Amino acid sequence: MGAHDLWLLSPQLAMAALACTALVVDLATGRSKLVLWLSLIGLVIPAALSIALWAANPADTLVFFGAASVDRFSLFFTLLFTGVAAAVIVSAEKYASRFQEQRGEFVGLILASTTGMMLLASANELITIYVSLELTALPVAALLAFLREDRSAEAGMKFLILSGVSSALLLYGLVFIFGFTGTTRLDEIFARIGDLQASGGFDSTVPFGSYGLLLGIALAISGFAFKLAAAPFQMWVPDAYEGGPTPVVAFLSVASKAAGFAVVLRILYSAFGSPELAVEWSALFAVLAVVTMTLGNLMALPQKNVKRLLGYSTISQAGFMLIGLAAVSANTSAGSLVAGPQSVVFYLAGYAFTNLAVFLGVIAITNRTNDNTIAGFAGMGRRAPVTALLLAIGLISLLGLPPTVGFMSKIFVFNAAVNSGLAWLALAGVLNSVISAYYYLRVIRAMYMEAPTSDERITLDPSLGVATGIAAFGAVLFGVAPWFLLRAAEIAVRSLSGVAGS
Amino acid sequence: MTEALAWLIILLPLASFVAVALVIRPFFNRWSIAAGWVTIAAIAGSFVLSLVAAAAVFNDGSIAYPSRQWIAAPGLVIPFGILLDPLTAVMLVVASGVSLLVQIYSQGYMRGDRGYARYFAYMSLFTASMLGLVLARSIVQMFFFWELVGLCSYLLIGFWFTRPAAAAAAKKAFLVTRLGDFGFLLAVLYLFFQGGELLDVPTLYEAIHAGLIATSVATWIGLGIFAGAVGKSAQFPLHTWLPDAMEGPTPVSALIHAATMVAAGVFLVARFFPLIELSGTTMDVIALIGGFTAVFAASMGLVANDIKRVMAYSTVSQLGYMMLALGVGAYIPAIFHLFTHAWFKALLFLSAGSVNHAAGTFDMRYMGGLRKYMPATYAVMIIGGLSLAGIFPLAGFWSKDEVLVGALENGSPVGIMTFLLGLIAVLMTAFYMFRAVFMTFHGSWRGGADAEAAANASAHPAPQAAGGHAGDGHGDGHGDGHGDEHGSHGGVHLAESPLVMVLPMGILAAAAIFAGILVNPPTALGPIEKHFFGEYAAHNKPVFPTHEDAVRAGAEPHFNLVIALASTALAVAGIGLAYTFYGRGQASVSLPAPLAKVHRVLTRKYYFDELYERVLVNNLFYRRFSAAFEWIDTNWIDGFNYRVTLWTERSGRALTHLQNGQIQAYGTAIALGVLLTLAAYFVWGA
Repeated sequence: MGAHDLWLLSPQLAMAALACTALVVDLATGRSKLVLWLSLIGLVIPAALSIALWAANPADTLVFFGAASVDRFSLFFTLLFTGVAAAVIVSAEKYASRFQEQRGEFVGLILASTTGMMLLASANELITIYVSLELTALPVAALLAFLREDRSAEAGMKFLILSGVSSALLLYGLVFIFGFTGTTRLDEIFARIGDLQASGGFDSTVPFGSYGLLLGIALAISGFAFKLAAAPFQMWVPDAYEGGPTPVVAFLSVASKAAGFAVVLRILYSAFGSPELAVEWSALFAVLAVVTMTLGNLMALPQKNVKRLLGYSTISQAGFMLIGLAAVSANTSAGSLVAGPQSVVFYLAGYAFTNLAVFLGVIAITNRTNDNTIAGFAGMGRRAPVTALLLAIGLISLLGLPPTVGFMSKIFVFNAAVNSGLAWLALAGVLNSVISAYYYLRVIRAMYMEAPTSDERITLDPSLGVATGIAAFGAVLFGVAPWFLLRAAEIAVRSLSGVAGS
Repeated sequence: MTEALAWLIILLPLASFVAVALVIRPFFNRWSIAAGWVTIAAIAGSFVLSLVAAAAVFNDGSIAYPSRQWIAAPGLVIPFGILLDPLTAVMLVVASGVSLLVQIYSQGYMRGDRGYARYFAYMSLFTASMLGLVLARSIVQMFFFWELVGLCSYLLIGFWFTRPAAAAAAKKAFLVTRLGDFGFLLAVLYLFFQGGELLDVPTLYEAIHAGLIATSVATWIGLGIFAGAVGKSAQFPLHTWLPDAMEGPTPVSALIHAATMVAAGVFLVARFFPLIELSGTTMDVIALIGGFTAVFAASMGLVANDIKRVMAYSTVSQLGYMMLALGVGAYIPAIFHLFTHAWFKALLFLSAGSVNHAAGTFDMRYMGGLRKYMPATYAVMIIGGLSLAGIFPLAGFWSKDEVLVGALENGSPVGIMTFLLGLIAVLMTAFYMFRAVFMTFHGSWRGGADAEAAANASAHPAPQAAGGHAGDGHGDGHGDGHGDEHGSHGGVHLAESPLVMVLPMGILAAAAIFAGILVNPPTALGPIEKHFFGEYAAHNKPVFPTHEDAVRAGAEPHFNLVIALASTALAVAGIGLAYTFYGRGQASVSLPAPLAKVHRVLTRKYYFDELYERVLVNNLFYRRFSAAFEWIDTNWIDGFNYRVTLWTERSGRALTHLQNGQIQAYGTAIALGVLLTLAAYFVWGA
């Protein structure tokens, strides 16, 4: 451990320090507005450090004896999480009045969870992964219950218990992996598996070459599937989304999911990226993708509550991302190996903009109407023209129509699937897109074609307006000009050894 | 010329579109006059940059800026970039130059219109789309701007959308051109399947010169591209939209007819000229359709009474010339004719608008004697007319002659045939043009809009709002209501148009006189030795790898004195004929019976509207095909859809029962999920 380690880990450390500062300032002054703006300004530090590290691109990325790897993959996500945390904190400016005296703690907990996510994206070792995962999840459980109502408490409780169950599964899986390979470091696991394959230690009649590895990987994926909201591990999502405070739900749906995908991508491509293993887990993700998309979409159809609807929407979007995980090309030329993970990372970043636009738009409207039903959005095109427009852009992007980033994301994911010989999966994705049109457009229809229930104009707060505007602008910008983000995603995934290795 | 400056050519009008549409119109509509100035400033910027670009091309020849990747996923690469070659440079100068003058003119013409800001927003977008089209390096990019051009023309033709005739004309223009666009789209897809890298134009050129494209492939792709051009350039048989497109504001017509929409088709064929040239079949099709259209459209112009429609037919006919030239391989004369035509045709349209400003109508039967009241308009219209007719030494003379020489020197039967068609069109062009001039300006004043309204009132007993007759919308008298609908042009006020309108016309008149000098710079007056335009356009290595290729495409056309004299004689004869019949400003001429029949066929536009709308669309399409499809649709497809929808929704509802809120159930689902995963691996794995 030395100065180099600290420099590499500085974004995470800055974020942790910021979380503590927020809590201390809240305790000392009790002025929640101060805490909020202080943290927003403070978020510039981890963001700046991440950018500086990305630019510096140090050759030695391993930190603390290989416990974490601060490469461009993790930095991509570090930046993403910082941005999402900022948007969520802004969105809570007005909403936080419902939190009574815990307003300051809200910010501290969000930042603590973000720290966990940043560590998770860079974790290179099984135990670090586990600890970071818990650091990510526990504050969220508390935050979900922040409203101090029955539904909110229920949301927090359900999340806590099911998160515990999935952690147990994950831990069990990690134990098997450790037992089989004798190490907890991902790069060493990759090397050990390579040795075993070379020395004939693998049984080609058994999935993954051995039962130990099969149990380990399958259980670990099941544990992570909770975070990704993949079926059948997604049951908590609608209840938590409906009951939890909306800013927390936005955080959960954007940042938490991205963190889950980040760690899954890293484990799969760093530790289990060899072609023999990839074929095996690719099949699992293909099935999970279809089940998740379809289930999420079908169950979204009859929903009447927008937050619950967005919960199912989150599930179906996770299904689309899983297509990218399944898209492991049998053709091992470097170009085609990149396509799958690149499309997932692009999707996640685009989804962050898109979904934030949607959630912030919903917050802006429901802050005033206090009505989460679709009917409550009737006539918003006239009552809140700007907010409704931004919200509509987000919904169009979720649906995946040009010129939004959602369209590009789906194109890339489907393209990766087709290039990996999974045309049927792409087709299933297209059909699911069609189904999703029904419920996304229903909200838009309510806003623009139904008569408003009142004539009262709903103005947009400047800070929330700016955040929503940025999110919607990003959703359009990266739909029109995707190359910048696409290139960044490619650079990010190329730092995973399984992608760059061949 | 840096790449950023080249992008700026597109971005300036695009920025003005955004500024006008999203800022000025919604928030500052009280100061909508700013919309005009913003647009003019932006397009002036584009024009200056276009001149810089043209100069850069003069020095460096074809400049291909780096090809960038819009989408670059493995297996799916879509490039974009800027290609600046002589063809682009000529189009840039024409499009931005004409557009600039049209915008200045519009400041006067559109003043007081309620849609003033909207008008300039559309015009900015239109100009940006056209500039984007000609600068496109990738074919996908080209297609994108191509469609944007189509969209903008729809918006502008239907600008006064409250008038049913305008709305119908806009729809017609959009649908008819879409028909051609479909061919273009198929060609793009076919090319894409030949190899994704061919979507990049310079790469495509290299592949063509390396002999990598088979002739059969080139034929189909060429025909598809030409189909797109036929739609946009209103060539036979997709010409029907253009005369109706006169429903748009007159400056829009000037822009559409001179520099943007219709020129886009010629540009497209020229852009793919190396590919099209590979296939003799495609070339012959293009030449014959072009030649036929030149005569066919001119013949309808002979009898039209609406001054704008005369110009419209004239445009179709002149575009036929350009297509004809491309089809016989005379690439450079075609571009040259496009260049000269842009100035004098814009001039003629703006003159027509100026006439309308005074007379309140476009129907020449109610004009006459305007020479006295609008001397400036009269003078510039004579200049434009002489240039169009091809009288020495005006611009039209040089380019038209080169086209004719190109057709004759091609030597093939198709070449001879198109040459003769071209000569016939010369006679007709001179006649219809000067018929229009005499009917409008000579003789005595026949009352303008007031007289027209009175005539309509007596012809149609039922009180009828201006705005086109629903019933005989395709017959004569279609021009009524052009003026009545929007405030400023209603009624008659016999006076010269304001300076803001006359000035652009004066500049265009100068161009109509001098644009032809480019073939014969003053330094080399006399027998033509130096052909500046030819040299300029031939300075294009990717298209013409060798000097011989350029010469074959008409870089050094011979001056054929016989043809020059013959075509001039025909033009003079046409003018003389027009003077005989209409020289004293007659509103109509009585014809002997057999000619009257021809006259009727011509005024009814050869019954093509009837053929398309009644026979093809209504009878064949709606009654037969659509009826059959409708039956299939309601009985099979809808039934299927209905069931799918029903079951989708039902399964959704059924599945929500799983979501019972019990955490035990959720935990069970997780456990089952894990077990199923493991079981699946044990059963199907290995």
